[in-house]
Amino acid sequence: MGLAKRLIPCLDVDQGRVVKGVKFENIRDAGDPVEISRRYDEAGADEITFLDITASHEGRDIMLATVERMASQVFIPLTVGGGIRKIEDIRNLLNAGADKVSINSAAISNPEFVGEAAARFGSQCIVIAIDAKKVSGPQEADRWEIFTHGGRKATGINAVEWARRMTDMGAGEILLTSMDRDGTKTGFDNALVRAVSEATSVPVIASGGVGNLQHLADGVRIGKADAVLAASIFHFGEYSIRQAKEYMAAQGIEMRLD
Amino acid sequence: MAETIAIIDYGMGNLKSASKAFEKVCDAKVLVTADPDVIRRADRVVLPGVGAIRDCMHGIQRLGIDQVVREVITQKPFLGICIGMQMLMRHSEENDGCDALGILAGDVKYFGDDLLGERLEKLKVPHMGWNQVHQAIEHPLWNGIPQDARFYFVHSYYVHMDDEKLVAGRCVYGNEFAAAVARDNIFAVQFHPEKSQHAGLALLGNFARWDGTVPAKKVH
Repeated sequence: MGLAKRLIPCLDVDQGRVVKGVKFENIRDAGDPVEISRRYDEAGADEITFLDITASHEGRDIMLATVERMASQVFIPLTVGGGIRKIEDIRNLLNAGADKVSINSAAISNPEFVGEAAARFGSQCIVIAIDAKKVSGPQEADRWEIFTHGGRKATGINAVEWARRMTDMGAGEILLTSMDRDGTKTGFDNALVRAVSEATSVPVIASGGVGNLQHLADGVRIGKADAVLAASIFHFGEYSIRQAKEYMAAQGIEMRLD
Repeated sequence: MAETIAIIDYGMGNLKSASKAFEKVCDAKVLVTADPDVIRRADRVVLPGVGAIRDCMHGIQRLGIDQVVREVITQKPFLGICIGMQMLMRHSEENDGCDALGILAGDVKYFGDDLLGERLEKLKVPHMGWNQVHQAIEHPLWNGIPQDARFYFVHSYYVHMDDEKLVAGRCVYGNEFAAAVARDNIFAVQFHPEKSQHAGLALLGNFARWDGTVPAKKVH
């Protein structure tokens, strides 16, 4: 009994199409994020996250139209991230049908923006995305730093302190990606997840590195994550959402299975 | 003529999800509106709400919709969602204290910074995600929805009713709180049915069919 941990499939979207490709069992790659989200919704996903990797204005408009189409077909929460810099960007996405927006580099260049956004739209819809890398040596205490530009650019900001500061500014949730693990399929950096989860009062979504179902369970049990996010293991039909949730539930994790 | 459902739009956030969800589950004409006449003429009225309660209260007062709500809430099936439920209460602790509409005898309280779970683990606030709702009474809006089904919540404040008999559904997050309240033709929920997939859509469908009456109550 109680609040379930959430399982969130993530889609990378460019110009309104899913880029990394998604292949469900026996279904050809549709590429349409709305169609793919609808399938995840039916399969029992607890939320959907879109990462818009589009750079152009034209692409942004396509994204808004995509989010708008989602509203008539997907009835679980939707988080949209990528390139959000202005209050106007947030308003447009929420009006199109997004439930939450994920802010990354704009928070780093202008932390006040987070406070402004939370005051205007409410903390419940402001997610702060943190991309962190471990910077401490083998003999040192763990320390993670925030990196931007896909992990290439160091900022010198301590990830745990940053999460706490963003929460104080009004962030309602943290989307935490380990840049060391992202794409490696070796599991979450659970020491990082746990450090951030214990340092903040808001829910933390673990991201980066999922290669099998035990990794998802470990994110909750070891990392103390409130939600776990994964992309490729679901997109290519390696595992179904249902399978993942049942696997986690079998380890005593509260999941939504109805 | 087709039935109409008015979703009150007082300038707070996105109402597309709610209107699309109703369109999915019924044939009624769904009107997202701030027009008092449209709200008065509608067969059913929905009061949604996201964000902070003070902004929501300002929103409906600025447009004079608070008076329309007081009027229609005595006359037809009425559904409050999230802050739309909280606004029906007397008072909220949010925003250093904020008076609400006072239509139902209850208050809105903060979960607190030291909220503990069953195993004394520290709980995160906001309460965000899918939690179980225990149906405390039989009600037409629960038709076809399994007991203890999960709905999607996102909130930091919760409703406490003076009279336990008005609680239609209970949820536990640190404290037990009112996830749904019911009185006569009024039903209000803390969760987001428009984001709660099958169970949520079933509730919205039930509301679209509800005549606003409640059969003699049987407590579970």
